[in-house]
Amino acid sequence: MTEIRYLAPGSLDEAVKAFAAASGAASILAGGTDLLVQMRAGVRQPGTIIDIKKIPALTAIEELGGGAFRIGAAVPGAVLAEHPTFGKAWPGVLEAINLIGSKQVQGRASPGGNLCNGSPAGDSVPAMVAAGAVVTIQGPNGGRELPVEAVPAGPGRLNLTPGEIVVSFTFPDRPKGSSDAYLRMIPRTEMDIAVVGLAVNLSMDGGVVTAARVGLGAVAPTVLLVGDAAAALVGSRLEDAALEKAADACRAACNPINDKRGTIAYRTKVAGVLLKRVAAIAAQRAGGN
Amino acid sequence: MNEMSTKWIGARTIRPDGADKVTGRAQYSADYNMPGMVWGKILRSPHAHAAIRSIDTSKAEALPGVKAVVTAKDMVSFPVDKAVALGIQDMRWMARNMLAHEKALFHGHPIAAVAAINEQVAAEACKLIVVDYEVLPHAIEIEDAIKPDAPILHDFMKHEGKPSNIAGTMVLKAGDIENGFAEADVVVERTFTTRPVHQGYIEPHACTVSYAADGRVTIWSSSQGQFMVRAMTSLLTGIPQSNIRAIPAEIGGGFGAKTIVYLEPVAVLLSKKSGRPVKIVMSRDDVQRATGPAPGSLMTVKIGAKKDGTLVAAKGDFYLQAGCLPGSPLRGPVGCSFAAYAIPNVLSTGYDVVSNRSKVAAYRAPGAPHGAFAAETVLDEIAEKLGLDPLEMRIRNSVKPGDKAIYGAVFGDVTFTETVDAIRKHPHYKAPLDKNPRPGVKRGRGVASGFWYNAGGESSVQVNITEDGNVVVTTGHPDVGGSRASIANVVAELIGIEHGRVNVIIGDTQTIGFSNLTGGSRVTFASAMVATASCEKVIGQLKDRAAKIWKIDADAVKWEDGMALPAGDNAGKFPPLSLKELAAKANEMGGPIGTQVQLNTTGADPGFATHCVDVEVDVDLGIIRVLRYTAAQDVGRALHPSYVEGQIQGGVVQGIGWALSEEYLYDKNGKVDNATFLDYRMPVCSDVPMIEALVIEIPNSKHPQGVRGVGEAPIVPPLAAIANAVYDALGKRFFALPMSPPKVTERLDAAD
Ligand SMILES: Cc1cc2nc3c(=O)[nH]c(=O)nc-3n(C[C@H](O)[C@H](O)[C@H](O)COP(=O)(O)OP(=O)(O)OC[C@H]3O[C@@H](n4cnc5c(N)ncnc54)[C@H](O)[C@@H]3O)c2cc1C
Repeated sequence: MTEIRYLAPGSLDEAVKAFAAASGAASILAGGTDLLVQMRAGVRQPGTIIDIKKIPALTAIEELGGGAFRIGAAVPGAVLAEHPTFGKAWPGVLEAINLIGSKQVQGRASPGGNLCNGSPAGDSVPAMVAAGAVVTIQGPNGGRELPVEAVPAGPGRLNLTPGEIVVSFTFPDRPKGSSDAYLRMIPRTEMDIAVVGLAVNLSMDGGVVTAARVGLGAVAPTVLLVGDAAAALVGSRLEDAALEKAADACRAACNPINDKRGTIAYRTKVAGVLLKRVAAIAAQRAGGN
Repeated sequence: MNEMSTKWIGARTIRPDGADKVTGRAQYSADYNMPGMVWGKILRSPHAHAAIRSIDTSKAEALPGVKAVVTAKDMVSFPVDKAVALGIQDMRWMARNMLAHEKALFHGHPIAAVAAINEQVAAEACKLIVVDYEVLPHAIEIEDAIKPDAPILHDFMKHEGKPSNIAGTMVLKAGDIENGFAEADVVVERTFTTRPVHQGYIEPHACTVSYAADGRVTIWSSSQGQFMVRAMTSLLTGIPQSNIRAIPAEIGGGFGAKTIVYLEPVAVLLSKKSGRPVKIVMSRDDVQRATGPAPGSLMTVKIGAKKDGTLVAAKGDFYLQAGCLPGSPLRGPVGCSFAAYAIPNVLSTGYDVVSNRSKVAAYRAPGAPHGAFAAETVLDEIAEKLGLDPLEMRIRNSVKPGDKAIYGAVFGDVTFTETVDAIRKHPHYKAPLDKNPRPGVKRGRGVASGFWYNAGGESSVQVNITEDGNVVVTTGHPDVGGSRASIANVVAELIGIEHGRVNVIIGDTQTIGFSNLTGGSRVTFASAMVATASCEKVIGQLKDRAAKIWKIDADAVKWEDGMALPAGDNAGKFPPLSLKELAAKANEMGGPIGTQVQLNTTGADPGFATHCVDVEVDVDLGIIRVLRYTAAQDVGRALHPSYVEGQIQGGVVQGIGWALSEEYLYDKNGKVDNATFLDYRMPVCSDVPMIEALVIEIPNSKHPQGVRGVGEAPIVPPLAAIANAVYDALGKRFFALPMSPPKVTERLDAAD
């Protein structure tokens, strides 16, 4: 039997050093709800596990004012749900993170793990893309920032260089009249994987959409930022024609596969259906803000 | 003993296995360990269909830590031309299922087994076994397997004189089918398909076995019958049954699929060869690939009726998947589909089709849900065409006592109409249903009925009075649905003592008399009957003892509330003697008190069920959810209502999964593509509503407590009931299951 080394560094520096030193033979452990499952299935056999939950920056939730937040990459869903204000500013992001798994899974699963697992069906990713969140990354050569949508490179692949760790997500200021929402299509009511996931983030003024972002998951090798859909919504009052145009843009953006979880035709259709439903929820929420 | 108080019968007592289960102490199959134990692992076929030219195990045997390797050559051989029956199984096929002989017949088919000091070494050794395969073209679906140019799985199998994948047929007839349809005013004929579904028990198959130096074998494993485990192990290893002690572990679900074994005989061969105890535990992946499931089906049903709704003719052609070896449950659809109805002209034919998938196993009312899906959907269409209430039409056509069933039996009591009537009168059926509650949402209501044979058969029950005057009951049946709780209720009632003074346990093969499988909805029926006979004998012994003490005639003693009382002329002459007092004096008065009764029970009349369901369809996403479900069933007598309700609710939930979401998916190489609970979609709790069980109690006159089998009938109606409800919602009928979201939207977007 192969031995596995377990490290739980207390600082980011130490973690980055250990990760870089292991040169590919180490895995980062946040909640472990993907990593441990993959290890048990024999898909991954890391020689070293680096647990990042003891690093303050990775588990902090910072309110930056004006609806802006910085959350540590390893914050579990359950902790975020208990935060007094995060869910008010970013209800769509929170509901997406809280959809991951079950109560038990929520106690561990983190948005950083969800993003870094690299699944196009990760629930929190479309919501963070729609939110315009920025990822702070730390590596052996220092720090950098990337928009969330720039992190995934394909199923299970990331645009991170060896030794880089995702530290936090920064969510921008929230102008008045802004809100977001996320819905996923799953065949069951829970404990399932998104066939399509879609998030809409809107700012509204007097019933008119002034800014919009649309994140679309599980329909392409990576989660998509659908600019055309957002463009169709901006300036509209979410009339049927605008929604239909945005739905068209979502359908057009789809580049899915036929697999056991859904057909190309079905996924494409659902992307359009969800756009309309999610935009309606986000708009309703924005009206209250 | 039909007249009885009902202090315990019908009470919701605490189940004897409950505390151990909720505290995690219950011992399931994988929880047994032995000193010196080694681990077994199964090498499985990477091909869906391949001839095995040779197997070279020498490298594996040479690996340090490997203790034994076995292949089919180590088993007793069962030539293909000579049937060896064990119950409904044929050992020729069981042997070939457990370890491939001439051919690998499905992806995941066991080829060889290794025992080694740990799982890792065993897995390593499996990789070192060299199998020379000649890969052959495969067929997975029925349609492909019955094509004229289909790859033939077994060259010894012929149908209509030609090599074929149709392993056998079953035909039942009544009247004259052509004349019957000629008399009909309306005839509906439809073709249906259902997908194979797994029984989905939470506990994977596992066993620990020990072959001792003196040739005696002990097996710890969960199953639906320790005697079946013993018999199959004996047949496949040649070890006499008297030397095999099969100890039943707690079972984490079986639903029919644990009425056969996959591991125990192989583990015994490994243990014999290695001289070590051997443990084998399947993974979920193994379970999904290589055990169960229930068959998929291709069925055509044609029913003819008069204008007034009288059914005059019914024809069914039922193609069922057997998996890779013969033996699909044809008697389910062939015998049950039309059984609840008095139809004068019937022709019902079943075809047993082999293909390159795992051998099917029993699953609650094997084959009956398939047939009911077809027949009850066609009946719904006929009722609609004739403008009749579907329940009225069922009542009008119910079989009557004394009618001859097409499967041969003559009906005794028939309580079908009572189940239909219970639904008809229930608030659910009468409640208004808003069919378009919101834009894009439609609702509908459907009904369907179901029939299942039920069964009696062999049971043994030992009742012993302990020295301190309490009761220990041993049965020979693994408890999968609360049977210990029910038997405790019966015994407490009959002996007349507090429920807490009765302890019911399950004996192993060498400590209790032969008891047939826990299956066929038979165990509570049969074991309550045999426990009653045992209690009667024990009460007789107790009365004898009291008579001796009082020096009066045994006939002059009666047994009441756990006490012997002098009766008749002697009434009041002596103070009563309690069970405890009699137990204390047992040895002075003739020795220990207790007895074992062994019977082949009869009188298990069939089960009838009628269900009503409301569904809601999200039209744009194609998602169907069940909003409300009411299931009526005649249970005869509910010895323990919680477990009766549990059986009904469980059957319905499994039916909901079957109808809406569960299916096997194969890739182009004939490999199961969804061998996990993530992608094999059984319903989770939040997918199903609270299911209301309408427990109808019309005592079965042939049973001392009035029991009728319960466990299988409830899975028969849901498929059709849900399909009928979906039709009511959408105006389109679904003839293929599951009605999963992509299929629903595809059908709704289709032009017709
Ligand atoms: C029962 C169950 C249900 C689930 N349901 C869902 C669901 O509904 N929706 C869904 O989207 N997912 C689901 N998942 C998957 C999983 O829970 C999520 O992807 C979760 O967000 C992963 O977070 P984690 O903290 O547990 O990640 P981990 O398992 O710790 O890590 C995941 C991957 O990311 C890497 N990683 C983690 N953190 C970092 C970091 N900061 N920097 C660099 N690399 C990092 C790890 O090395 C690993 O490769 C489910 C899993 C289970 C077991």
